[in-house]
Amino acid sequence: MSAALLILIPLAGALVAAAWPDERTRPWLLPVTGGLHTALVLRLLLRPPPLAPDAWFGFDPLARAVLPAVSLLFLCCALYAVSYLRIRTERPNRVFVASLLAILGLLSAGHQARHLGVLWVTTEAITLATVPLLHFNGTARAFEATWKYLLVGGTGIALSLLGSFCLGYASLRGGGGGDLTFAALAAQGAALSRPWVLIAWVFLLVGYGTKMGLAPMHTWKPDAYGEAPAIVGALLAGGVTTVAFTALLRVRAVVAAAGAGAMADRTLLVLGLFSLGVAALFLLATRDFKRMLAYSSIEHMGILVLGAACGGAGLGAALFHVWNNSLTKGALFLSAGNIRRAAGARTADEVRGMAAVTPQSAALFVAGLFAITACPPFGPFFSVLRVLRAALGTGHYTAAGIFLACLLLAFVGLTRLVFAIIDGRPRAGLRAPERRLRETAGVILPPLLLLGLSLWLGLATPAVLGDAWTAAAGVLTPAP
Amino acid sequence: MTGAVNVLIGLAMGLNLLALASSRLPSLIRTVAVQGVALGLMPLLLEARPGWMVGAVALATVAGKGFVIPALLGRAMRAANIDREMQPFIGFVPSLLLGAGGTIAGVAGARLLPLLPEHAGTLLVPGALASIFTGFVLLVGRVKAISQVCGYLILENGIYLFGLLLLRSTPLLVESGILLDLTVGVFVIGIIVDRIQRAFDSLDTRKLTALHE
Repeated sequence: MSAALLILIPLAGALVAAAWPDERTRPWLLPVTGGLHTALVLRLLLRPPPLAPDAWFGFDPLARAVLPAVSLLFLCCALYAVSYLRIRTERPNRVFVASLLAILGLLSAGHQARHLGVLWVTTEAITLATVPLLHFNGTARAFEATWKYLLVGGTGIALSLLGSFCLGYASLRGGGGGDLTFAALAAQGAALSRPWVLIAWVFLLVGYGTKMGLAPMHTWKPDAYGEAPAIVGALLAGGVTTVAFTALLRVRAVVAAAGAGAMADRTLLVLGLFSLGVAALFLLATRDFKRMLAYSSIEHMGILVLGAACGGAGLGAALFHVWNNSLTKGALFLSAGNIRRAAGARTADEVRGMAAVTPQSAALFVAGLFAITACPPFGPFFSVLRVLRAALGTGHYTAAGIFLACLLLAFVGLTRLVFAIIDGRPRAGLRAPERRLRETAGVILPPLLLLGLSLWLGLATPAVLGDAWTAAAGVLTPAP
Repeated sequence: MTGAVNVLIGLAMGLNLLALASSRLPSLIRTVAVQGVALGLMPLLLEARPGWMVGAVALATVAGKGFVIPALLGRAMRAANIDREMQPFIGFVPSLLLGAGGTIAGVAGARLLPLLPEHAGTLLVPGALASIFTGFVLLVGRVKAISQVCGYLILENGIYLFGLLLLRSTPLLVESGILLDLTVGVFVIGIIVDRIQRAFDSLDTRKLTALHE
């Protein structure tokens, strides 16, 4: 029941937001709903509810291992949103707030979906609910980004539907009775029609890979992250991509049960390394610090699927990395949003000396930079290390080498750009940035909180989380 | 029953080629609308005794794909004051040849796939493959936003055809969820097309080049 509440509370919140009459007080619905959601999800994390085996939704081990991170990210973004919408009073926020809450509900549904068709329906609904958020700024560039997001993302999601149908047909051809829950599909195991399973895997990998933003299906990502408000970028990078990743993990478990796990892992490995490589090269070239975050996100999606390709230990490490990526990327997006607002521009050609203009946001941005490039003692260092160990442990020495080289290139690219905008003397025209942004607690505390969580995960990973990751990895890669 | 289904799918495959060959947007939109209606009727033919849920799904598909979405696209087209696809990336004759090749490949490819005996005699899989391929050619080969949306619709139609293989085994609730999502998706696309027209005063996607590395 409480698992269903995770979905229903935010959706009810979205309805209330749509009906709420007052523009000024409406944003407060975000932290209130987000707080309720986080409290509920943490309770479920500590005391996992019993699971009905054939239910379409459930707080299963995979949801338990991932959903709390998304909930915490949303709560911090919601707190930031209150201050953000206060400085953006020129734009009506009814659709924005309602869509954000709907996305929280749909993200909860997507992470808990245990049925192939239902998973697709929620992922598509998430895609559609993000559209009004992407063009919140109402500029021509924002519409261009939205168009690319819709066309690329829509095609991707259509292909994942085709893949879902193929997997369903594999079950039907193998004598299945039409039960498309992941548990039933995996139980069919080797009886699933193998050619259809292989076709399904290709389409699902391309489809959900597009949603995750794996290269070469990543083309929508820099545009969307560059044009959307910081909160939306953070939720896309830390929440929406996570749903697509868990979708791939669930499908991979079925494919592995059908006896094609080695093939699936090889494709994941190749896509992961390719994403890492593409991201590293673009990070060396980009001059726009919001698009930089998109390439960094592509890099981390690469790390996730690389981990997932390296057996049970790698999968556990990837789930750990989901947390680190969501929380750290959130801190980066929110502090970058502050800098972008104060500077009124976003390329290294126009922005410099932000350490003097917005000292607190700049400090957070630099700390976030070191966290996301896997410097100790932040969480990402430990999860990347675990992914690396898993890759070496499963004998992928070349892959581990490429992985390290890409991390190094990404580090060079990220630091180059971040220090170019932080360092130096502010531009002459930037004498009165207070008019654009004041560094109040409302815009500083949420990213600080996210960064603190990332640090905490690195210094003292709670045992309950470690158990949750191991349990989820165990369910997804049963011992042969 | 299989005969009637195959006639409809054959019609849809012919419409694919027509869509690839049409340079005028109104005829492209009409082609997609007729294809939508033809496919919307299919569940009624496939079910031996269609219940009210199947009827509702069919009705919603016909109304959405055959009337509402084409009307939306037609309005956007008139607002932008364009009715012709100029200088496509892939010319009309090459796209037609590609489409014909794709259709043949679809028929040949479907023979290689292991199908259940009751599906082996229908054109469902070849029709699906040909439509998906046609959709891709339009998505990649055209520059007007409306043509690309039509390509997306044909791609979706292909996937819908494929989904009919599972009609009897998928719960209708899931099926209608899928349908609802697709419909809303195209609505949203239609609205964005409208906004792009207002922001750029054009529906030429070649003008959408502000964002690049």
